[in-house]
Amino acid sequence: MSTTSTQPDLLYSEEEEALRAAVRDLLADHCDPADVITRIESDAPHGSAAWKALAEGMGLAGLLVPEAKGGQGASHREAAVVCEELGRAVAPVPFLTSAVVATEALLACGTDDLLADLASGRLIGALAVGLDTAPGAAFTTVRLEDGLLHGELTGIADAAVADVLLVPADDGGLYAVDGDAVTVTPQASLDLTRPLATVTLAGAPGRRLGEAGPAVRRALRAGAGLLASEQLGLADWSLTETVRYLKERKQFNRPVGGFQALKHRLAQLWLEVVNLRAAARGAADALATGEDADVSVAVAQAYAGQVAVHAAEEALQLHGGIGMTWEHPVHLYLKRAKADSIAYGTAGAHRETLACLVDLQAP
Amino acid sequence: MTDAEELRRRTRELLADRPPATTDRLDFLRARFDAGLAWVHFPEGLGGLAAPRSLQAVVDAELEAAGAPDNDPRRIGIGLGMAAPTILQYGTEEQKRRFLRPLWTGEEVWCQLFSEPGAGSDLAALGTRAVREGEDWVVNGQKVWTSSAHLARWAILIARTDPDVPKHRGITYFVCDMTDPGVEVRPLRQITGEAEFNEVFLTDVRIPDSRRLGEIGDGWRVAQTTLNNERVAIGGMRLPREGGMIGPVSRTWRERPGLRTHDLHQRLLKLWVEAEVARLTGERLRQQLVAGQPGPEGAGMKLAFARLNQEISGLEVELRGAEGLLYDDWTMRRPELVDFTGRDAGYRYLRSKGNSIEGGTSEVLLNIVAERVLGLPAEPRTDKDVAWKDLAR
Repeated sequence: MSTTSTQPDLLYSEEEEALRAAVRDLLADHCDPADVITRIESDAPHGSAAWKALAEGMGLAGLLVPEAKGGQGASHREAAVVCEELGRAVAPVPFLTSAVVATEALLACGTDDLLADLASGRLIGALAVGLDTAPGAAFTTVRLEDGLLHGELTGIADAAVADVLLVPADDGGLYAVDGDAVTVTPQASLDLTRPLATVTLAGAPGRRLGEAGPAVRRALRAGAGLLASEQLGLADWSLTETVRYLKERKQFNRPVGGFQALKHRLAQLWLEVVNLRAAARGAADALATGEDADVSVAVAQAYAGQVAVHAAEEALQLHGGIGMTWEHPVHLYLKRAKADSIAYGTAGAHRETLACLVDLQAP
Repeated sequence: MTDAEELRRRTRELLADRPPATTDRLDFLRARFDAGLAWVHFPEGLGGLAAPRSLQAVVDAELEAAGAPDNDPRRIGIGLGMAAPTILQYGTEEQKRRFLRPLWTGEEVWCQLFSEPGAGSDLAALGTRAVREGEDWVVNGQKVWTSSAHLARWAILIARTDPDVPKHRGITYFVCDMTDPGVEVRPLRQITGEAEFNEVFLTDVRIPDSRRLGEIGDGWRVAQTTLNNERVAIGGMRLPREGGMIGPVSRTWRERPGLRTHDLHQRLLKLWVEAEVARLTGERLRQQLVAGQPGPEGAGMKLAFARLNQEISGLEVELRGAEGLLYDDWTMRRPELVDFTGRDAGYRYLRSKGNSIEGGTSEVLLNIVAERVLGLPAEPRTDKDVAWKDLAR
């Protein structure tokens, strides 16, 4: 049984709120839902203008990188606020994959040149590990033969826009591979705003950065922890938008939101969102301080998936027919929420991790 | 303005004057009240020094370090948490002087005569009548779910003084003498076998008009002060991980490997996560209060804990298997203090059923969240403009 004497700081600081406001403003200009729906079926599903503004304009790609290495020297607390807002806008930008997961792997390896490139937004990085992989779980590697990499990796999120892929090989090393040296084949993905791809390496040259095991574990733990904040953003949008709509929508000569059966469902959802906010802040703060991080991340991920999915499912149902159309953005949230419930490990995988961490062993 | 240094000085003066080791407990508590160190935010002469409420901690820390006796606040919670703030806000000078000192020292226990068999969630529909006779009010009716009624010297009471106006407007707030011969207290046995609460029957109870709190017909507003203070008292607690109902079942799981099954394991882990998340939500609420940014999250905390307490204790009964078929003790008792996580799993399971009823049912709380937090339309009200006597019952 692990106990902690100090409590995590679960509030948002004034600076964090200012950051949130700035990101929200920017996304309102660059990432409105109608644009996102148009873009997801185009050849360029990613919002490159939005990413440029976030990464280069605001410097957000470098939040987790120390100033001495070309970053902003902020922490997971600020990165979590960004994830919340990106989730709220279901923005198709590679923040979580490049600025969090790939960046954490590079921090673990101490690869300063690539870190600076990612932090500045000059390059986008992607960790070539399947998006469904939980921290600490086994992952697929490619073959290293005569100094070149051979193999196929599937389910790699945001690989299509990555300039550099971080590829684990069968010698236990993590390799940086140029995006131009591999074949990236998009997969038809449930979540159109974070598309997956197969990465094929046919004798690709790579540069060994360090040990893959600890780097991947660290990267996935940060990804899982901050994903909870993205899920909070998804859930909060779903609740807020549904409440707004149900105050407006009238049937039977009254606002639909006045029916008690629906009021109770929305109140329950509010309670779940309030809980998720505490869990997500707990994980972000624990990643920032390093205190109790394994348990906090596992708790947040064991809880967040069901809330985000429930919120999006309720949003769809309570919108009625309009919620079932391609035109209305609620499907973007449903697809992202469902995909997020698998990303970086399912709730069940995180519960199993917790069983060991807090000594509640299986029979 | 009284600052921390001044309070520390006064506290040490009290301790020097009445060394706890050689002073009678009651003498010490009375002296503490008279020194203004009982509740420092109360006015001078009424147990306080008109100091900021947050400075109470300074006094309490000094007294605790010196081993001073306290007023056993858990035993007199209704007096401290509900009656006192209401008397302070609405009482006459004479009422404040008469009631507050023995209330705080615990010499006089208080109870609350609000709920009725016919007025639970709809408290304002209450039917206990108070009729004016000269300088007195004559009260008839029945109250229920009254803790401490069998120990209490005084009660805060709301009763109907005008049945001809809509229900919220015909209520008046009184202080009722529990030793009046018309007051009959009967234990109310609950599903756990014991009686934490009482039924109180009021038959021609005479209350002098000088024991009315607030104006005639203004009792509903006065009662809001009482009920708001009840809500302040909930929440704001700091729990360690596994500090609530999840603690006992987790310990049982660890100590008794023979009871484990895969099905129970999955359910336990899910509830453990939910309990930890609810704990974090409570902690976040506490941090918001400390930072002076109270949020609406408090309304949700009771809902969450009611459901979790019920599910977790239900799981524990099941985990215990054959032992879960047994019960520790059905003896009818009147416990003075109630611990939701005390006793056996079976008791916890049964007691927690009350958590979604007492202090506002979960269904009413969901309405409150939907209307006050989310701003959804209020329930249609057919009772607002109808005289109380014409309401359906």
